[in-house]
Amino acid sequence: MAKSKSAYSVPGKIGKIERHIIVVWVDNEAGVLARIAGLFSGRGYNIESLAVAEVDKKKHISRITIVTEGTPQVIEQINLQLKKLVPVHKVADFKRGEKDILFRELALFKVLGNSKKQEKVKKMCKKFNPVILDKTNKSIVIQVTALRAEIDKLALDLKRLGLISTSRTGSVAMTKGSKIFN
Amino acid sequence: MPKLISGAEIVFKALEDQKVDYIFGYPGGAVLPIYDELKNHKSIKHILARHEQGAGHAAEGYARSSGKPGVLLVTSGPGATNAVTALTDAYMDSVPLVCISGQVPTHLIGTDAFQECDTTGITRPCTKHNWLVKDVNDLSRILHLAFEVATTGRPGPVLVDIPKDIQFKKGKYKYFKNILKKKLNGKAARKPLNTELDKFIDLIKKSSKPIFYTGGGVINSGPEASKYLRELVSLTGFPITSTLQGLGAYPGDDPQFLGMLGMHGTYEANNAMHDCDLMINIGARFDDRITGKVDEFSPGSKKIHVDIDPSSIGKNIKVDLAIVSDVSELLKSLIKRFKEKNKNFLNSNKQKTSKWWEQIDKWREKKSLNFINSDKIIKPQHAVQRLYELTKNQDTFITTEVGQHQMWAAQHYKFNKPNRWMTSGGLGTMGYGLPAAIGVQIANPGKLVVDIAGEASVLMTMQEMSTAVQYRLPIKIFILNNEYMGMVRQWQELLHERNYSESYTAALPDFVKLAESYGCVGIRAKTPSELDEKIKEMISIDKPVIFDCVVDKAENCFPMIPSGKPHNQMILGPEEEEEISDEGKVLV
Repeated sequence: MAKSKSAYSVPGKIGKIERHIIVVWVDNEAGVLARIAGLFSGRGYNIESLAVAEVDKKKHISRITIVTEGTPQVIEQINLQLKKLVPVHKVADFKRGEKDILFRELALFKVLGNSKKQEKVKKMCKKFNPVILDKTNKSIVIQVTALRAEIDKLALDLKRLGLISTSRTGSVAMTKGSKIFN
Repeated sequence: MPKLISGAEIVFKALEDQKVDYIFGYPGGAVLPIYDELKNHKSIKHILARHEQGAGHAAEGYARSSGKPGVLLVTSGPGATNAVTALTDAYMDSVPLVCISGQVPTHLIGTDAFQECDTTGITRPCTKHNWLVKDVNDLSRILHLAFEVATTGRPGPVLVDIPKDIQFKKGKYKYFKNILKKKLNGKAARKPLNTELDKFIDLIKKSSKPIFYTGGGVINSGPEASKYLRELVSLTGFPITSTLQGLGAYPGDDPQFLGMLGMHGTYEANNAMHDCDLMINIGARFDDRITGKVDEFSPGSKKIHVDIDPSSIGKNIKVDLAIVSDVSELLKSLIKRFKEKNKNFLNSNKQKTSKWWEQIDKWREKKSLNFINSDKIIKPQHAVQRLYELTKNQDTFITTEVGQHQMWAAQHYKFNKPNRWMTSGGLGTMGYGLPAAIGVQIANPGKLVVDIAGEASVLMTMQEMSTAVQYRLPIKIFILNNEYMGMVRQWQELLHERNYSESYTAALPDFVKLAESYGCVGIRAKTPSELDEKIKEMISIDKPVIFDCVVDKAENCFPMIPSGKPHNQMILGPEEEEEISDEGKVLV
């Protein structure tokens, strides 16, 4: 058989990949998350993390925070395509590392180990607002809030101490000072 | 207190308030309450298709030739899934469609009930928006919102899924208007700013090698847009080329028109696009069939892009001036501002662009649409040319299927008015043309409607001939019959070492007899000498006609840019075929 000669076109040059945090305000109606997720999967965009919850019970507005990666062109498309969706009210877009934006992610870790190990765990988590949610002789469940990358690293370090289960919320974001997103 | 009426009646009330005259559809269990209500609403006529895809394309043809949204009514399950191709087609080509689908009763949703499917899930990526109506009191708001979403901004299809129990339930009806207005978000257009217009005019004035590149957005913006476009092109004296979907917005026989551009566009249009110093894109979307290799697309030009859809701008090609606007609105303000400040532009500019026009004339001398005619066998290009010559004096509407015949129609049939050319460009749906012609004929009674078809495509929706006969729609199905899936065969010849894998249809029906069995008229033309007479006969018959035009089986569609190539590397004809490098073949 001849080599496959059917390609639509050759891909052009690929720009630099950036990480962005995109915040979307949507009507909290049936299927709205599927619309957002479908837009990403259908157009080949990435979702690294996704956090959703209703923030306005009266107006039924949900706030979705999406961490994604792409070239500047792709990020622009994501913004524009999101804005076209009927239940979307507004979209805010931040580049990772922007100064006036706060990012936080919450994680729960379950670590197996005796009290000695548990002390080590607490020490390791000290910088990240640790809260002990559950404790037995053999195990500990600890909650931390930190940046995504910090939690990545922490999870890696805790592995050595007997981490057996991790649950993370995905990043949420908010502006510093009195300003709000618009 | 408003009277309580059934969901089915609410549907018709909303359709009446939206001034819907025709709905295209097919009944079934989950829409029976709506079909039952049909008899009470005499102003709305239902066209019964033979397949929901056919109903969908007919609604598209109706919409594209009338400028009004097409309405589609289908049942749950297979009714809805059969409509998906038409919805996707409308999504890709920006055709306003409102699809109403029946659904199993709400208490059965999620139980894998008979003829249940996740219609809103399936159609989510191929509609602008869709709704599952769970409360009859939401129904009127959703229906009116559906029409608004379908017809505003960049038009497109929407779907409203109505469970059967909601169709029976009683609720209030209210006419809602402008629901979307509150949150624009690029879902509807704004007025162009003066600063944008001035920058636009400045670029026009500085250019010595300009070109207008216009698309379906001009047609979708309404007949006014086409009028303004003609005015602007004549004011500037610039050359103009059009995409497949934009044909008819500017007269096809005008000397400033360079013909269609893109993969099968003319030599002059594609070279002008490549070499220009100013590209003015109005209502087109830099589709891959137009741009070819993106990195080498028109390297030396400033680019202006006017589009109603913000997400179309910068998606494929970076531009220097982007204006999000309705085409008609923009052209109107632009012309006004241009005239105020540049009374003598055309004269002063003639000199500046004269070298450019000389160059264009040189490209034109290549006569890239030429073909070697024959007196023994009908060449498909010749057939389209004869059809054009014999129908150009009446207001003719052309639809097509997808493939070689579609490109020959686009190349050789010259359109002078918008909304006369209905073809599936984005999705490339074989089987589009015949049902679309039905919708076109419904919207334009008494006019000549011809589907320029290929024998392979037309068999995909052939059953709709029965619809044409039922409603006495005298559509003409003009089949360029070469017994091959011609475009597939062409690619196999040029790119797959003539391995004609599965592209020949070994058992075709006798189209003349097929026509007769449907109760319409069949005509066959085999030689060039009888072609004109037979075409005239076809036009004179006031019934649906299937015209079997037996053409050269080996003819290829040229010129052609192998995709992945820049615009200035076209293949002009069979004599050049041997020159495609191996590297070039990979890129198509």
